[in-house]
Amino acid sequence: MRKAYLDHIAGTPLHPEVLDSMLPFLKENYGNPQSLHSLGQEALQAVESARERVAELINAHPSEIFFTSSGSESNNFAIKGFALAQKNRGNNIAVSAVEHQSVLHSVKYLEHMGMKSMQIPVDKFGSVNLDELKKNLTPETILVSVMLANGEVGTIQPIAEIADFCTAKGILFHTDAVAAAGNIPVDVRELGVDALSLAGNQFYGPKGTAALYVKKGKRILPFIDGGIQENGRRAGTEDVPGIVGFGRAAELAGEHMRKRADKAVPLRDLLIRSLPEKVKNVVVTGHPEKRLPFHASFCIEFVEGESMLLNLDMKGIAVSSGSACTSRTLKASHVLLAMGLDHALAQGSLVFSILEENTMEDIEYLLEVFPPIIDRLRQMSPIYPGNL
Amino acid sequence: MIYTDKVMDHFQNPRNVGAITDADGVGKVGNPVCGDMMEFHIKVKDNRITDVKFKTFGCGAAIAVSSIVSEMAMGKTLDEAMKITNKQVAEELGGLPKNKLHCSNLGADALHAAIENYRDKAQGVVKDESPTEVKESEECSCPYCDETLDEERGYCKGCHIELVDCPECGEPINKKADECLHCGATKAKK
Repeated sequence: MRKAYLDHIAGTPLHPEVLDSMLPFLKENYGNPQSLHSLGQEALQAVESARERVAELINAHPSEIFFTSSGSESNNFAIKGFALAQKNRGNNIAVSAVEHQSVLHSVKYLEHMGMKSMQIPVDKFGSVNLDELKKNLTPETILVSVMLANGEVGTIQPIAEIADFCTAKGILFHTDAVAAAGNIPVDVRELGVDALSLAGNQFYGPKGTAALYVKKGKRILPFIDGGIQENGRRAGTEDVPGIVGFGRAAELAGEHMRKRADKAVPLRDLLIRSLPEKVKNVVVTGHPEKRLPFHASFCIEFVEGESMLLNLDMKGIAVSSGSACTSRTLKASHVLLAMGLDHALAQGSLVFSILEENTMEDIEYLLEVFPPIIDRLRQMSPIYPGNL
Repeated sequence: MIYTDKVMDHFQNPRNVGAITDADGVGKVGNPVCGDMMEFHIKVKDNRITDVKFKTFGCGAAIAVSSIVSEMAMGKTLDEAMKITNKQVAEELGGLPKNKLHCSNLGADALHAAIENYRDKAQGVVKDESPTEVKESEECSCPYCDETLDEERGYCKGCHIELVDCPECGEPINKKADECLHCGATKAKK
């Protein structure tokens, strides 16, 4: 059976050169970077070299990079670490309504500690408007977090503009760039952010590798206490092979980002153009232009996401959905609801995200098998008006 | 795969899909918030179900549940069909993932709603289709097993525990639990 993995956003495969870079640290180079003997020092050197590569990818200084275990941890670190370090200055945090759960729940955690929060609404494309942000700020606001690009709908936010405004107001600004970094150019100096989250498994690095950029001079509380690792901000023995792979993936992303995007864009555009032609009552979700180069997302009316996902899987095609049934909590995607989509439409969410190895044939194959699947599910659907 | 072979079989090849234009009873249940909606049509002769058709908007489990319920109901007397339980439906499918058990409830509910609709019509209570039973509750699932909670939210049929609303965040929590699963707030013991 033909296979097409179109779930970049859930995780990319490991680049063969990334794997090669990791292998020595899974085998003979097993030293602990904190050890003073030569095996330890070799590991330390490898970690520091990876830190330089990750820093270079986002135009940061290596001392501004803190390795973590996931994008979610980076987000937790940024939100909690900044807010708690600043709590004498104010007690309000503003985040967009379409943030990742790791941001939203970090805010909830702080609310239980007595802080307050504001949610910045988004427009129908999922974009944050600066005027809306201004309306949601109070003299007590100490931190704002808006993601760079949304994994579910692909929309890229006007981060530089928001960061500029926050900096002028003396408010810390964090951006979750997990879906963006390594896939589109991200320059922390140009963006003017105080902190930025990124993860290796979004650009052909290993899973469980991520980092938080924290601008030099910005105070942040440690996320894991009890060790000198990561400059005292995150205790715990370093995942040396993971960090090395992350560094190599960052280096490769810097080299190949343009080529990868140039290859993905025609595939994405074909999908966005053709899917609504092949199947009626399909809505493209997210921004029509300001979106990730590898990302095409839709809501298919009158059908539910999981049933589409399983049918596509039987045809060898792997995708994601934001429907309630595909989530463990059985709640529809907060992103789609925040964009004003109704519950029934949000249930028909499908996300296609393209990898380096995907070809035009993969998209053509998808476009061939998809319409009959939808037709069959709609014939079964009590809300499909074609049945009435 | 998260589903048993039997679930996948009924999902891929659902039995009795469709509608009956001159149905004797129609039952609709569903919850657009949770994402599943089912509609059952039945024909009844001499107190026995002679034909069943269904339409379902929902996940793989919802479709498989509708299909197996339609098979289980076919040919049964109305009283027998009313006795089909959620547990039997899930067992017949070789089990369902815990967070999908609410789908099995919906299947039996839709069938029972169709039978009730037939009985109401027979007694002249209503003339047409039964109204869609739509649960408006915002919180639809048990935090421990994801079983759908009914409006009172006081008891989970899935894991048989009494639930109360967390005084901190309002999410349902086990009455006996000291800590809210959702927000971590500790509940003051009475």
